Order: sequence, then structure tokens, then C-alpha cells
Amino acid sequence: MLKRKRWIFAILAILPTLAVFAYVRLYPIADTLRLSLFKWDILSKNKPFVGLANFRELMGDHLFLDALVNTTIIAFGVLILTIPMALIIAALIFHRTRSRMAGFYETAIFIPHVVSLVPAAMAWKWIFDARLGPLNALLTFFGIPAQSWLFDPVLSVICIIVLCSWQALGYAVLIYIVGFKNLPVSLYEAAKLDGASGPQSFWYLSIPMLKPITLYVSVVTLVSGFNVYAQAFVLASDAQGAPGRQVRVLVLDMLENSFRNYRVGYAASEAVVLLVIVLALTLIQFSMLRERGKA
Amino acid sequence: MTTNSVNYIEPTTEELSEGVRLRRRKRAINFAIDVFLIVVSILMLLPLVFLVANAFKTPAEMLSWPPTIIPRDPTIANFSAVLGETPLLRWIGNSIAFAVMSTIAIVATSAIAGYIFGKFRFRTLNILFALFLATAIVPFEVYMIPLYFQAKSLGILNSVWGLLLGYLVMSFGIFLIRQNVIHSIPDELLEAARIDGAGEFWIFLHIVLPLLRGALGALAVLAFFQAWTAFAWPMIVATTRTSYTIEVGLALFQTGFTVDLGRLSAASATVLIPSILLFVILRRNFVQGVASTGLKE
Repeated sequence: MLKRKRWIFAILAILPTLAVFAYVRLYPIADTLRLSLFKWDILSKNKPFVGLANFRELMGDHLFLDALVNTTIIAFGVLILTIPMALIIAALIFHRTRSRMAGFYETAIFIPHVVSLVPAAMAWKWIFDARLGPLNALLTFFGIPAQSWLFDPVLSVICIIVLCSWQALGYAVLIYIVGFKNLPVSLYEAAKLDGASGPQSFWYLSIPMLKPITLYVSVVTLVSGFNVYAQAFVLASDAQGAPGRQVRVLVLDMLENSFRNYRVGYAASEAVVLLVIVLALTLIQFSMLRERGKA
Repeated sequence: MTTNSVNYIEPTTEELSEGVRLRRRKRAINFAIDVFLIVVSILMLLPLVFLVANAFKTPAEMLSWPPTIIPRDPTIANFSAVLGETPLLRWIGNSIAFAVMSTIAIVATSAIAGYIFGKFRFRTLNILFALFLATAIVPFEVYMIPLYFQAKSLGILNSVWGLLLGYLVMSFGIFLIRQNVIHSIPDELLEAARIDGAGEFWIFLHIVLPLLRGALGALAVLAFFQAWTAFAWPMIVATTRTSYTIEVGLALFQTGFTVDLGRLSAASATVLIPSILLFVILRRNFVQGVASTGLKE
């Protein structure tokens, strides 16, 4: 009887949240999957089922492939730049935990992660600006020719990677510091007694033992890299009004197809591709963790 | 070294000077590490410092090299120009309303769901929790287009309600509160209250919620900043000049024809300074919340 009463309370209490969750999360996810199989345009009356035709068209769509390549380069670029730096910085901050400055280091490195995207991107836009920016001024000071950072197709991708890494670094450092704090102290003391130097125990102890954290941070960084949009939007649209040479990224391409070309079904199939990429990354993370557990 | 500590042999002068040398070396290394970390910290903050400095500069000083950090003759002309040209305060107001409402919704749903999933062990609930977790990895960008059409059919586009629709629940929040419930609320406490005749709702309100204060605080800060910095969703839902959030307003303002960097910096600084202050004040809560995202396994 008592158990039944508790069951009723639990279900009644969870019901409102569940309803909201179903409406704003489950339904749109299912709808994305459904729409991706339809030729669902806002303008046309009939919206026929087309099976995998949208996906087949994607494979030959230059704009989409361009976006996919750019987004992948950005995501992995951020990963390669962020993880090693974060690991080293976190190790050093952890080493200096007792110093009065530790709080300052953590805060300073973390602030770029919390500030709003657009103002932060604005700061970098000024840095990269071809005419007014300090970066070019610095380059010419050293006798290197000035570059049009935000207009060159290769350089503008690099600019986005730098901006995203600047923001991602704080998060990775924070998670690594938590990781360092959870490592067993006794192991390091044993290594020290055996004559291991600081860098040696970092290389042979910390890095292998932090592998689960590295995997986790890597996947989070990659996933947010694949969702890059605001950074590309702000850096690429130039101050003279014309949307300059846009760096095409997946989310941008998706929104354009949906709201400029009114091809919602087609855009949904792009969303499904994004979802598959994210799922694959997560699965890789889990399987690598499990392998580690067995070994 | 080990024999030393056991037998208490007096250290020789050589050993003593060796110890001094080692200590000095250690201090030198620590000093080098501090210098490195200070340089990194300053480099990380420099773009933001310049942004704020630029906001107070005259157009002429903006072009000077090397860029000055403290403007020679600070001006607030940029700020007054921005405030005259754009409904900046309106945008900030929209963002605050959106972020506060989203925070309330997320904290409320996470507190209830986290408690139920943490303390009530029924099969139905386990299945539901698995469902919540499974969708946690689906990025918002994947399902925002259908959600946009839902907002449209509800007739809440271009309003704070439309913005809110995308930010009502947070899977991670439910997960975070559930972990906290499991670790910090003993079953015995709840049983004792039940034996004393307390109702389930009373227990949640008067026993569970006060014990979760810390975790809910951390979650609230996370949720607030998440909504405050949202971009893609407000970009498609709020498309009229009066309904923009500050992020969207700024992003579109900078594509305008007549905009110069001084005014852009002023607008950005207006947004940046309060959010940095807020972060510094709430740092502990925030770090606690973010750090717990890394402890999923």
C-alpha cells in the first residue's frame, strides 16, 4: 500500500517534467529523423516521402561537402591545439596549487570560456583585422608581410580555430585540474623515492592515468567543434556590411538550406549527418574506455 | 635517505649544503612556472582587455601602434553613439529575462526529476532516466529546426517565450542533481520523516531542497550563463529588432554599414563587463558545476 502511494507520487511528480521534455526534446529529435526522409519544402504543397534521396543529394552537394570539410578541420584543429596545452597548463597550475596565484591562473584562463561568444569574437576580429589589427602591425614590425586574415580561405579557417581554442582551453584545463586532484598521491611519492623527476612522473604517470579524462575532454571539444557557428558568423561577416567570404560550417549550411532556401527536409538530413558524427565520436570514446577497463 | 630517518645520523655539512642547493633549485623552478603561468593568464585576458580599452578610444587612437591599454584621452562618445543607434538596453533586458526564466525552469525541473530518479527505484523510472540520458548527447543544433516550427505553430516567435522553449530542460542538470541526491541525502532521513507522518511533497520541500542548495546553486549559474550566451536558437527565433537577445543584436549590428570598431567595442564592453563581474562573484559555484560535468563516468 505504502509502496503504491510512493509510486503514484513519483509518477505525478515526474509527469510535468516528462511532458516538457517530450515536447521540446524527444518530439523534435524524432521529427528531425522523419523530415530527413521527406522532400519537405515550405513553399510546395505536397511533401512526398523520398527515402534516402536527400542524403544521396548531400553526397554531391559542393556547398555541403565544403562545410563538412571546414567543420572537420576546425574541430580537429581545436582538439590538437587545446588538449596538449590544457594538459601542460593544468599540470603546472596543479603543481602550484598552494601558491596564492593559483586562483588567479584558474580564473584568467577560464574567463574566455564563460564570456559571451559575440563580444569575444569581436575582440578577435579586431586583432585579425587586416588594416587596423595589431596582429598585422606586429607582423610588419618583424618584417613579415601583412595578411588579410579574415578573407583568405585558409587563414580564415585558422582564425576560427584560434578563437575556438582560446575559448575551449579554460574548460579543458578545469577538467584536467579536477583529474589531477583525483590522482593517488602515494604513487607520485613512490616515483619520487625511485628518483623520478617532475617531468618524468608527468610523462609516465600523469598522462597514462589521465587517459579517461583526455578521452572525455577530447570528445566534448570535438562535439562542440562540429557545432561551431557563432564564431564563423561573427568573424566572417565584415564590418562593411557585405557578408564577406563566409567560412562555410555545417550549422550555417543547415540554417541556410532551411531558412533561405526553404528546404527543411534537406536541412534535416544535414542535421542527421551531424547527429551521426556526434554519436560515432561518443561510441569511440566509450569503446576506448571499455578496452582500457579490460586491460 | 630512508636510513637517515631511521638512525638519526647527524647530517654532514656536505649533505646540508646539498639540501640548500636542492631547495634553491626547487624555488627557481617554481618561480619559472609562475612566470610562465602569469604570461599565459595575461595572454588569455589580453583580447578582452583590449576590447574594453578600445571602447574608450577616439577613432584616431584606435589606429595607433603599439595599441594602448589605457586610452590617452578616454571618451564615452562610443557608448553614447551606440545607445543612441541601437536598443542595446532592450536587448540586454531581453537576454536577462530569457536567462532568468530559463534558469528557473531548469532548476525546477532538474530538482524534481533528479530527486525522483535518485530516490525512487521503480522500473518505469529507470527506463525514463535512460531516455533522458540517451538524448543528452544529441546537440541542440540537430533538432532546432523542428523545434522552430513548434514555436511557430504556438505563435511565440519573436518573444521571450519562444526563446524559452528551447531552454526549458537540461539533461545534464537532471543528472547532476540525481548524483547529488544519491550521495548527500541518506535514505534513513527520508524514512524517518515518513514514519513521523510527513507527506512526500512536504519531504521534498522541507528536507530534500534545503540539502540540495549547493548543487542547485551551481546548476543555476550554469543554466544562466548557458542562456545568456546562447546564439543559434535566438538567431532563428528572434528576428525582429525589438526581440533580439544581446548576442544576436550585437552579431547583426556588426554587419551594419556605418559601424566602426570603436562603437562595436563599446557595445561589446557593455555586455562583457557585467558578465565578467558576475562570473568572478559566482566563480566557486560555476567551477563546481562545470567540474562536475567531467565526472560523468
